Amino acid sequence: MNHDHYNDTWIREILNTVKTVAMIGASPQNVRPSYFVFKYLAERGYDMIPINPGQVGKSLIGKSFVASLREIDRPIDMIDIFRNADHIMPIIDDALTLNPLPKVIWMQLGVRNDEAAKKAEAAGIKVVMNRCPKIEYGRLSSEISWMGVNSRTLSSKRAPIPTQGMRLSLNRASVGGGGTDAADRAAKNKNDAV
Amino acid sequence: MNDRIPGFATLAVHAGAQPDPTTGARATPIYQTTSFVFNDSDHAASLFGLQSFGNIYTRITNPTTSVLEERVAALEGGTAALATASGHAAQVVAFQQLLRPGDEFIASRKLYGGSINQFTHAFKSFGWNVVWADSDDIASFERAVTPHTKAIFIESIANPGGSITDIEAISAVARQAGVPLIVDNTLATPYLIRPIDHGADIVIHSLTKFLGGHGNSLGGIIVDAGTFDWSKDNKYPMLSEPRPEYHGIKLQETFGNFAFAIACRVLGLRDLGPALSPFNAFMIMTGIETLPLRMQRHCENAKAVAEFLSAHPAVAAVNYAGLTSSPYYTLARKYAPKGAGAVFTFSLKGGYEAGVSLVSNLKLFSHLANVGDTRSLVIHPASTTHSQLDDDAKTRSGAGPDVVRLSIGIEDKEDLIADLEQALSA
Repeated sequence: MNHDHYNDTWIREILNTVKTVAMIGASPQNVRPSYFVFKYLAERGYDMIPINPGQVGKSLIGKSFVASLREIDRPIDMIDIFRNADHIMPIIDDALTLNPLPKVIWMQLGVRNDEAAKKAEAAGIKVVMNRCPKIEYGRLSSEISWMGVNSRTLSSKRAPIPTQGMRLSLNRASVGGGGTDAADRAAKNKNDAV
Repeated sequence: MNDRIPGFATLAVHAGAQPDPTTGARATPIYQTTSFVFNDSDHAASLFGLQSFGNIYTRITNPTTSVLEERVAALEGGTAALATASGHAAQVVAFQQLLRPGDEFIASRKLYGGSINQFTHAFKSFGWNVVWADSDDIASFERAVTPHTKAIFIESIANPGGSITDIEAISAVARQAGVPLIVDNTLATPYLIRPIDHGADIVIHSLTKFLGGHGNSLGGIIVDAGTFDWSKDNKYPMLSEPRPEYHGIKLQETFGNFAFAIACRVLGLRDLGPALSPFNAFMIMTGIETLPLRMQRHCENAKAVAEFLSAHPAVAAVNYAGLTSSPYYTLARKYAPKGAGAVFTFSLKGGYEAGVSLVSNLKLFSHLANVGDTRSLVIHPASTTHSQLDDDAKTRSGAGPDVVRLSIGIEDKEDLIADLEQALSA
């Protein structure tokens, strides 16, 4: 699996199929990206579970914090990790003890650990690194276009009537990463230099 | 259509635009409104805190303008874009994210006269110091780098001389210095040159010129290539440090490879205020739909006119990179194989007086201070756009006293040549 670049089709399929998402490193502070990614995904219908051992007993937008993956009482489709690359391997080891296994492990913007990714992939888990599910959801639904962002999607179909002010359909024809090659190359070079 | 990459002309028509969700309108509606309602106070708070995507106020985002922004970002191969009221406004907003008082940036001497003025005078009053270099001498950029250097600025095709800049060579200098390369791509448009493919980190346009293309609407735009790592050292605190304006959010950490465009929007446009009118955005994006067709015609006409002039006995020299005699011909073949643009200069054997006489004798060419119109335009830069420069600076920027600048339109080339012929022999 090449992690320098992901096809939109592949990302879209992940976001269209996962339902339960455990977020490791979810923060109760509303200026942290983990807080508003959590909130955004919850508002779009994902069953979100915040994991942060320092916050057990409290809740995040009404969802109770748990201390670790093993304390979750239902199958997890995706683990979204807000920890830096050095902390990924123990999380993968934990995830591999789950039954059933998660379908997807997602590492946030700026986080990449190829060794950990290989280990998860060997167990049949899909891995996404150095991406944000909120940005990808916003891009593929074209909602992010309101910020002048190149969604790399085109559509001649009428967009669905916005609910809660949002454009939500992910079912748009994809331009698939053509067009921002330079940004993809820069991300790869940065990673190679580490 | 799985991950098929559409061509340039398809993007020029479609990128960013989808039929309106409420009405089904196929052309992008003009959302001529200052403000947008919130669903509830929680939604309002999340928009103000940059936690949700959405519209608050047209000074910051507007659904018509955002179509234009996404379209130009797609055509340039960038991650995001931000439209502004003019090209000049785009430059102020972009540099505000990069420079603190006392900082420096290096700029090519071969620039549009308005940019030279802005950098020399207005920027100086902000404590932003321009250091000039010569785009024909790459080493002059290397020599200009100091610990205070925060960016390098060039034009892809330089105004007014029509010279082509070696973007890749200067990009290497910027990389070595650890600063972003900003390329003003106004005269080339992404149809002729895509600077990001050659190492630019930020692309700037005056949309007023070929992109809008019809001489009817001012506008500017900043395109983020998504290539620069703003957090590598502490040189760009607007992007890497917690922002007090937004409760301590760090923009690069939050927005990744489009953080620069977001900074220009939420720190620059929000606080400085030069937003583009949605009506102008509509006019410009309508122009962009025909950009490939127009640029083909502009370039075809420009080459024919340049060839005619270079064979005319009253003409001393023609500075058009599309001519084999041009010192920039090799660079033009490399960077702009589809055409060397449609703005160039020439000088007359009769000097200053002959230039003035030519301008007054032309019947089809309009004498005015703009370029990149459907109409053919003519001007004498030394007495107008470059008049505030001293004689040395005029000559260095390609606007010496004997020089006439043409911007070739999309009329029939035979009519343009006939007009020049009668004016030269009058």
